[in-house]
Amino acid sequence: MNRFSYARPGSVEDALREVSSNPAAKFIAGGTNLVDLMKYNVERPTHLVDVTRLPGLKEIGEAGEGGLRIGALVSNTAAAYDERVKERYPLLSSAILAGASAQLRNSATMGGNLLQRTRCYYFYDDATPCNKRAPGSGCPAKEGVNRIHAILGTSEHCIATHPSDMAVALAALEAVVKVAGPNGERSIPLADFHRLPGNMPEKDTNLHGDEIILAIELPEPRFAKNYTYLKLRDRLSYAFALVSVAAAMEMDGDKVVEARIALGGVAHKPWRLPEAEELLRGKVPERALFEAVAERILDGAKGYGHNDFKIDLARRAVIRALSQAAAGTPQSQVDKRIQ
Amino acid sequence: MYETHVGSPRSRVDGKLKVTGAARYAAEYTAPDLAQGYVVNSAIAKGRITSIDISAAMAVPGVIQVFTHQNRPRTAWRSKAYQDEVAPPGTPFRPLYDEKILYSGQPIALVVAEDFEIARYAASLVRVTYEAEGHQTDLEKVRMQAYKPPKTRSGMAPAPDRGDAEAGFGASPVRVSADYRIAIEHHNPMEPHAATVVWDGDGKITVYDKIQGVQNTQSYITHVFGLSQDDVHVLSPFVGGAFGSGLRPQYQLFLAVMAALELKRSVRVTLTRDQMFTFTYRPDGLQEMSIGANPDGMLQAIRHDVVSNTSTFEDYQEMIVGWSSMMYHCENVSTTYKLAQIDTYTPGDMRAPGAPTGMFALESAMDELSYKLGMDPLQLRLRNYAEIDEATGKPFSSKELRAAYQLGAERFGWSKRSPEPRSMKEGRELVGWGMASGMWEAQMQKTSARAVLTIDGKLEVGTATADIGTGTYTILTQIAADALGLPMEKVTAKVGDSKLPFSPVEGGSWAAASAGTAVTLACNTVRETLFGYARGMEGSPLANAEIGRVAFRDGRIELVSDPTRFVTIQDAMVAGKVHRIEAEETGSPSRINQARYSGFTHSAIFAEVRVDEELGRVRVTRVVDAVAAGKILNPKTARSQILGGVVFGIGMALHEESMMDHHLGRFMNHNIAEYHIPANADVEGIEVIFVEEHEDKLNPIGVKGLGEIGIVGTAAAIANAVYHATGKRIRHLPITVDRLLKVRDAA
Repeated sequence: MNRFSYARPGSVEDALREVSSNPAAKFIAGGTNLVDLMKYNVERPTHLVDVTRLPGLKEIGEAGEGGLRIGALVSNTAAAYDERVKERYPLLSSAILAGASAQLRNSATMGGNLLQRTRCYYFYDDATPCNKRAPGSGCPAKEGVNRIHAILGTSEHCIATHPSDMAVALAALEAVVKVAGPNGERSIPLADFHRLPGNMPEKDTNLHGDEIILAIELPEPRFAKNYTYLKLRDRLSYAFALVSVAAAMEMDGDKVVEARIALGGVAHKPWRLPEAEELLRGKVPERALFEAVAERILDGAKGYGHNDFKIDLARRAVIRALSQAAAGTPQSQVDKRIQ
Repeated sequence: MYETHVGSPRSRVDGKLKVTGAARYAAEYTAPDLAQGYVVNSAIAKGRITSIDISAAMAVPGVIQVFTHQNRPRTAWRSKAYQDEVAPPGTPFRPLYDEKILYSGQPIALVVAEDFEIARYAASLVRVTYEAEGHQTDLEKVRMQAYKPPKTRSGMAPAPDRGDAEAGFGASPVRVSADYRIAIEHHNPMEPHAATVVWDGDGKITVYDKIQGVQNTQSYITHVFGLSQDDVHVLSPFVGGAFGSGLRPQYQLFLAVMAALELKRSVRVTLTRDQMFTFTYRPDGLQEMSIGANPDGMLQAIRHDVVSNTSTFEDYQEMIVGWSSMMYHCENVSTTYKLAQIDTYTPGDMRAPGAPTGMFALESAMDELSYKLGMDPLQLRLRNYAEIDEATGKPFSSKELRAAYQLGAERFGWSKRSPEPRSMKEGRELVGWGMASGMWEAQMQKTSARAVLTIDGKLEVGTATADIGTGTYTILTQIAADALGLPMEKVTAKVGDSKLPFSPVEGGSWAAASAGTAVTLACNTVRETLFGYARGMEGSPLANAEIGRVAFRDGRIELVSDPTRFVTIQDAMVAGKVHRIEAEETGSPSRINQARYSGFTHSAIFAEVRVDEELGRVRVTRVVDAVAAGKILNPKTARSQILGGVVFGIGMALHEESMMDHHLGRFMNHNIAEYHIPANADVEGIEVIFVEEHEDKLNPIGVKGLGEIGIVGTAAAIANAVYHATGKRIRHLPITVDRLLKVRDAA
């Protein structure tokens, strides 16, 4: 961990000023990932800007059309247990509770969760090459230990995955990330917030270095009945997803009006394929249909050896998640039996 | 009936210290002017350091020194000096010895600074260039170079062949032949390794080390650094788990002592969790197992051939195959155990070293055989019950495994098992019931202890063993309290101090039997002295009594036949004109009994799993472990020991795996976010049964030890349950989703 200076500004404007004058500055909120990364010499900020005292970012409030605006500094715990979130976006609540541990969720913030970095072994180990950590140094994961790595949207430069559960639910819910920068505020749809690695794997998101997340806005709630967050991992709790699926359906009688499916653990960002979701529109949900949807989503998936199983596992997970969502029997995050 | 402390459930005497944080661990001791060290580790697996530039690190304000192989102080040049009490045959690793790199993660520099963060930052500035040589970390690739270790590790019991296994197998009507494998595992105790070396001036040091044997550390330091025993005081009063990783002095100790002696200043070196993956680990093994039987289930032949990995510099050995020649009655048994070298640190003892590895193969194969025979797996084991230790021909000192099978099966409800695989289901999940046997050596080691009784009625007992969280403090307190008839509050047990009477390292499940016996003997001597004073008192109510006719109870020595006739401890000591009675005694195992009997603990483990087959998800919902381990000193701490062992076994079965990148020659999942051990959700019902077992041959207190037996058969029982649930035989641990999805057909 390198030496760094520390500031705790009292306003968003001051916070933005702190980072705009220093490209090696970083915001810190819960610090549940950044501090680890600093200890591993992966992140080397020279200036830390503590945003935890910024006013107005810790609230959950109404947005238009029955939607909610969740402040960037709301803790994962507070969001997951908020009555409005539970009622209108139980998928989000469930996904948050599927992640990390109670202690981490207490510290971690909504904004910080979006910005957590991959769990790729090589990224964390500065004795090894890694294009994400040290651009141009190579990607040993492709031929190395890669059972936790991506099967979709990879590039020759990087096969890392995004580790967040919360972001997978937000992708399915088509949330919008509200950010502020030197030129004012802008909105980034969740789907465009995270990037695929391409030839710039060092860049996880489309958030600029001098921008700050203000809030996450959720649109009109439509998926409070038929939804699920199914997370498959190497033990029954407290592990990152090998594959996770956020599935949600809006139903009209026995027919699907609209379906949303987002996958975690398979790509550099929460993975959605709207044309696969379209297959469900207007249909009566049934297993054969789910299988077709799963095939479509995984079409073109590529394994790297150890992670080949993820293609099959993701297919199975999508099918199960769609059955859970259609039946209105969401996966419990407490009872480890899978419905 | 007077309730003794021994045999009764007692809470840990050090429990309060631990939960309040008052118990201090190696990295928590401090000293005036304490400097902090941070280790730099090798990025390559094999080759040499061509340059190491410490200038940027040295330039950081607060950095005191950066030690490398180029500037390290002189230490012993003979490799033998580095050979600790537990070292296997070979040339021990010598930190910073020269420019050679023997494994990835090898310590290559120590940065010492005024505080930890400065040291860690400066360590990131040390620039190293290497000349890499081709390394090999893949056991399968070196399998053909495997060799029989020329020198057997001391304490390794031989497993001689008997009969003709090849012919017996060939003639067997029913046969199982398969390859089995586990994964390399790292110990990952909660407390990372650390050493705080306090500079006492004048070349003397006090060392707080994370170690399972303070005297092993002390002797290592004196040999390596040329110090006398009086110069080196080693303490490890509390150890936050070790599981064998603290048996041998590790590099944090060497580096901290080296720096303290050179800088003439107190130094602490703490390893990070990642660095806990840069030394010892449980080795892997390529296991070939063949079992032949008659249609009635009688075993005709067992063959067990293993190639296990070691480092390039030491021949680490553990008993993987020996169990196959002892567990069952079988006339034709052949085993081979070979080593193959890979470019890693030397593997080492990890909870029941070798036993869960070998028993996974043996007990899986027995399970496979049971299906081929169409016989209940438990019946098959009873059919082949070994009445004597057939490897040596000696009788067992005691063996209540039959009772363990019976009680375990009853408690589990084994008779309700439907024999066909895939025949039990609940909801979406397939339910599987599997079982296995466990076996571990019941050993005792020569150990000394001191007991000091003072006139205020307080007793202190001590021996230089360690309590690594097992409950040693508590059982020694119970034993001593019973011996002198005192409440436990009046007794203090001391361990983990090199100034205490001799003890070997704590390990191998021998601490309770060894330290317990030594404390018993020392207390008995105090009893005798005390009784002498009591009897010699003027007008003593015990004047004509013999020691066999009195009881020590409630601070009194009373006549068993008439408890109204007694002398208090205080009165006896006053009569003897003493304020303290001190005794030191040494307990050794009986040579005669060792020659005559085989001593082992046994267990019968029953496991239930529920498998969501489509998603490859396994839950271990129930485990019953029935253990025959002689006398149980403290059912409460004993149960905890077995619970911990079973959880370890769940980890071995389903989770734990150190993943090696063979291109880099480096373990990659070197943290406990990515190296998985069971979380609370993975542990459901575990029931522990202690079977009545009278033991009077191995040691005077009838104890067999419990540290290892809990893990031994657990992984096999779970794997067998997975087969029963799914019809899928997973022969390579851990049983992760990828392995479960890969096996498509019922075997």
